[in-house]
Amino acid sequence: MAAPETSTAAVPTLHTNNTLRNAFGGVLSFFILLLIGVLAFLIRLFSVIKYESVIHEFDPYFNYRVTQFLTKKGIYDFWNWFDDRTWYPLGRVIGGTVYPGLTLTAGTIWWLLNSLNIPLSVETVCVFTAPIFSAFASWATYLLTKEVKGVGAGLTAATLLAMVPSYISRSVAGSYDNEAVAIFALIFTFSLYIKTLNTGSLFYATLNSIVYFYMVCSWGGYTFIINLIPMHVLLCIVTGRYSSRLYIAYAPLVVLGTLLAALVPVVGFNAVMTSEHFASFLVFIIIHVVAFVYYIKGILSPKMFKVAVTLVVSVGLAVCCAVIAVLIALVASSPTKGWSGRSLSLLDPTYASKYIPIIASVSEHQPPTWPSYFMDINVLAFLVPSGIIACFLPLTDASSFVVLYIATSVYFSGVMVRLMLVLAPAACITSGIALSEAFDVLTRSIKFQLPGVSSGAEVDEGETSSDTTEARNDEVKAEKPEEKSKDRPSKKSKKKEREHVEKPSAKAKVKTKAEKKRLLALPLEASAVSLLLLILLGAFYVVHCVWAAAEAYSAPSIVLTSHTRNGLHVFDDFREAYAWLRHNTDVDDKVASWWDYGYQTTAMANRTVIVDNNTWNNTHIATVGTAMSSPEKAAWEIFHSLDVKYVLVVFGGLIGYPSDDINKFLWMVRIGGGVFPHIKEPDYLRDGQYRIDSQATPTMLNCLMYKLSYYRFVETDGKAYDRVRRTEIGKKYFKLTHFEEVFTTHHWMVRIYKLKPPKNRIRGKTKKSKSKTSSTSSSKRSGTKKNPWL
Amino acid sequence: MGKFWVIFVASILILLPFLCNSFSPDTPTDRRVLVLLDDFAIKSSHSSYFNSLKSRGFDLDFKLADDPKIALQRYGQYLYDALILFCPSIERFGGSIDVAAIIDFVDSGHDLVIAADVNASDLIREVATECGVDFDEDPSAMVIDHTGYSVSETEGDHTLIASDDFIKSDVILGSNKITAPVLFQGIGHSLNPVNSLVLKVLSASPSAYSANPKSKLSTPPSLTGSAISLVSVVQARNNARILISGSLSMFSNRFFRSGVQKAGSTTKHEKSGNEQFLTELSKWVFHERGHLKAVNVKHHKVGETNEPALYRINDELVYSVEVYEWSGSSWEPYVADDVQVQFYMMSPYVLKTLSNDKKGLYSASFKVPDVYGVFQFKVEYQKLGYTSLSLAKQIPVRPYRHNEYERFIPTAYPYYGAAFSTMAGFFIFSFVHLYNK
Repeated sequence: MAAPETSTAAVPTLHTNNTLRNAFGGVLSFFILLLIGVLAFLIRLFSVIKYESVIHEFDPYFNYRVTQFLTKKGIYDFWNWFDDRTWYPLGRVIGGTVYPGLTLTAGTIWWLLNSLNIPLSVETVCVFTAPIFSAFASWATYLLTKEVKGVGAGLTAATLLAMVPSYISRSVAGSYDNEAVAIFALIFTFSLYIKTLNTGSLFYATLNSIVYFYMVCSWGGYTFIINLIPMHVLLCIVTGRYSSRLYIAYAPLVVLGTLLAALVPVVGFNAVMTSEHFASFLVFIIIHVVAFVYYIKGILSPKMFKVAVTLVVSVGLAVCCAVIAVLIALVASSPTKGWSGRSLSLLDPTYASKYIPIIASVSEHQPPTWPSYFMDINVLAFLVPSGIIACFLPLTDASSFVVLYIATSVYFSGVMVRLMLVLAPAACITSGIALSEAFDVLTRSIKFQLPGVSSGAEVDEGETSSDTTEARNDEVKAEKPEEKSKDRPSKKSKKKEREHVEKPSAKAKVKTKAEKKRLLALPLEASAVSLLLLILLGAFYVVHCVWAAAEAYSAPSIVLTSHTRNGLHVFDDFREAYAWLRHNTDVDDKVASWWDYGYQTTAMANRTVIVDNNTWNNTHIATVGTAMSSPEKAAWEIFHSLDVKYVLVVFGGLIGYPSDDINKFLWMVRIGGGVFPHIKEPDYLRDGQYRIDSQATPTMLNCLMYKLSYYRFVETDGKAYDRVRRTEIGKKYFKLTHFEEVFTTHHWMVRIYKLKPPKNRIRGKTKKSKSKTSSTSSSKRSGTKKNPWL
Repeated sequence: MGKFWVIFVASILILLPFLCNSFSPDTPTDRRVLVLLDDFAIKSSHSSYFNSLKSRGFDLDFKLADDPKIALQRYGQYLYDALILFCPSIERFGGSIDVAAIIDFVDSGHDLVIAADVNASDLIREVATECGVDFDEDPSAMVIDHTGYSVSETEGDHTLIASDDFIKSDVILGSNKITAPVLFQGIGHSLNPVNSLVLKVLSASPSAYSANPKSKLSTPPSLTGSAISLVSVVQARNNARILISGSLSMFSNRFFRSGVQKAGSTTKHEKSGNEQFLTELSKWVFHERGHLKAVNVKHHKVGETNEPALYRINDELVYSVEVYEWSGSSWEPYVADDVQVQFYMMSPYVLKTLSNDKKGLYSASFKVPDVYGVFQFKVEYQKLGYTSLSLAKQIPVRPYRHNEYERFIPTAYPYYGAAFSTMAGFFIFSFVHLYNK
């Protein structure tokens, strides 16, 4: 569509229609952006269409419950909310331990819509918050990339981000989690930082701090920002790129940002007390020293300056050493060296698995595998390197930031699967730059060799319009004076790498030379074929993204489906179980389960739980883990001491649902054993192997989790064949003494047991005598074994 | 007119099950008692005991144990409030009664009296075992005591025992001291020491043992000394009470009336202690003594009267509960100085003895600890012979709200001063720097 228009627009002479073309380009990019937003929104609706408008997974249920509370009780009650229905009997201060950004955002949207007389339910608002914010995120990506490499790259990057699978996985409709808004805030903070860096405007610097505040409100990942930006500032200073713009971009962010961050209850004094934030303060000091040095340099003569430098350096070194020594002593005096467990596991990937099983037990905290890279960012993985190269042509403040961003996020994504989400925007930006540059070169060379013909028309038709727009924009920009053209021509000079041109005149010369060289270098056929291949690559990406959005990442995980020969099977067992709890148990009853199901139980069944997905108290979780790994009687005592009435286990053995409690069981043993040493992992393993068949250890076969999972399982098929472990279970016939089964869902996925009350009477020791002969009864006498006369 | 009669009768019929409801917490006295006998001779030979029950208002229903028409319940309603098993030799009950039915009867809060004897049947033993009492498994064994026997008897096998080793509890045995020893002739039983529900009311002397008096001792007796219990009571967790005796004859008129002289003792009592002992014990078993109820659990902040949904840390609060004891005809205030309340979250944070006003109202006032969480007011009152009181009331304790902290802390004034003076100084500096040309 856009291709013929652009080419016709490019034909007239450059000077006459310049303004008009700018305006035209502006309108066009506006509509393209609008369409990107719509695309980002719509591609995330597969989950609603294929399943239903429902909150997904685990954490979103908590966020949903908090949002409900907020809309019902108002912001002050939310802030002071002490929740007595989780972490029984400890309770949890929700207001002070939750990142309120997402909740407040959705609450505000709901309130706004309601005051406009659009009566949407809170749930609907929550379901659609993530898709809305992914549209915002793609626009923020546009702003960021535009600041780095121009409008064309910006539009390409925005398109890529709108449908990058990694981001889709966390922001489909219903995935109401912090990341949904936090990725937008992250990108927007970066784009405002770059904007400030490019313009040196205090207005943008202030705006940047405010957006940073929003990020702090939304997600614990804000520490990434407050470490990445100082790193970039340091890089700029070290490479001699210090400028007043850098100072304005950084100093207000640290001061205002830290003050604002301290306002968020969950962060509070952490903003100045923990090591995660030290880098920013250190760089804050350094940038002031550097600024001072530049100032002194300006007012002193070179000779005097040298003297001053030697003086200051010698004194300064001494002071620095002292300060650093004090700092190190302070930090070393704290047991974790001032770093929180999750951050430490970022720096040392083996830290968590060594010391904190509760962090290691979460699947999204595991290191990713190579296929997951291909799954989550697809072709971007191949485009990123070329994007990095493009960023070096030439290296500006802004593009160096992008390089730093991609480098660090690649490292972090290699540590934790979850941080793939941080990598995705960086990959989109660099790939956007790469694609845009490539299209720029190719279309330009085609056009140069086919003057007067609407050159790229047939080639461009299938591909996203942004590419052609980008090419057109490039041309427009080529004529723009000053700022923009400063890097643009030299960027094109692929042969003249890393040429830093200071003066506009020299630059212009280089530009013309470079253009000629380049244009001659690319023959028509090669360009056309490359274009075609690039478009194929893009098409492949689109197909993959749509597939990922439709098939891989849309399942709400509380409703499962499977396709068999007989058609579609829907497993709605979780909601069945929670509904049972809600309707059949007392309001104040306590339900114990492994912590994964805590949020859902409180939100959907409205029952008090012992532990939940906010894993703040390791001991409490270990208590539940110990109970699950103990024999029935000991488990009953633990649960009874916690006033538990019902125990809920998730069992996938009948239908082959792999993420059930038996598969998570070793983590319960490890976490329980970490606090209560009488639970030992080797007791549950036979020769280091985890098994539940007849080779399993007696400890395993007698633990509560085994019994609750497999109780009466043999009645289903007569053989007790577990479809997840693909084996027959070890102990098939047994009775429960301290628990009674009260509910099992249709597909046996959730089984609910009730603790039996203490016995009304205590039986005597005598066994029920089967035979009445006195010989047996005398042999049963107590103490007969010690009796020497018998 | 006739129509009204029909309605009246119908309403009576509808209300009837409610009117003659079994054990109720408000009037815990059992009134209808089923007595199962081996043969009706026991009815006359043990008439003193039965008459003492009748005189206290019990409605005794005598049946033969193998009567095919006996039943404990009909249409889900229990027909009786208590059961007396004076049928030690019965092998199989008639009608719908079996061990499970008797156990269900107890588990639904009804009382039970069991008297065994030599050659007690397996059925009776099984019922006793279910209640936590193990009779000597040798079917012909009796309790023999060569030093604590009753000398008034001519028989020489020393199976008629005069025992005065009572449990020390006024609640169970009444406030009048039983002076005369109790005559006992029958089998002994043992209790599991970890069983906290069963109490030894009358135990054998240290020299007693359980064996067949007719045969020579070939093996050491399995039950010896004061480990032998002669009469035990059980108070189940639902406060159903059970009396188990190894001797049926101790309830008999003959034992009630006969005099007793313990071997080695010079005092000869005109009348054995059996009557007093068993009558007082029956009062306890049938809830005429030692049955407590706790009502009106209340708590509120000091100076307020309404019960809040939750407390804040460091609140001052008042907890109160009313405790009454059933006297046989009415609820009387229970007066004791050892009732304690716990403010409990996994462990007691506050443990306080409640003070009472002699009218049954117990109260205590304390400060909520500086810990938030879901607490419970717990009263765990378990006293020998009394029904156990176990009250738990959940109450969350929240931390301070954001505006409940002090706005200005005196010790922080230097910091306030520093902050404001720095701000002022910076403002002046900027002003001078910008406009001083």
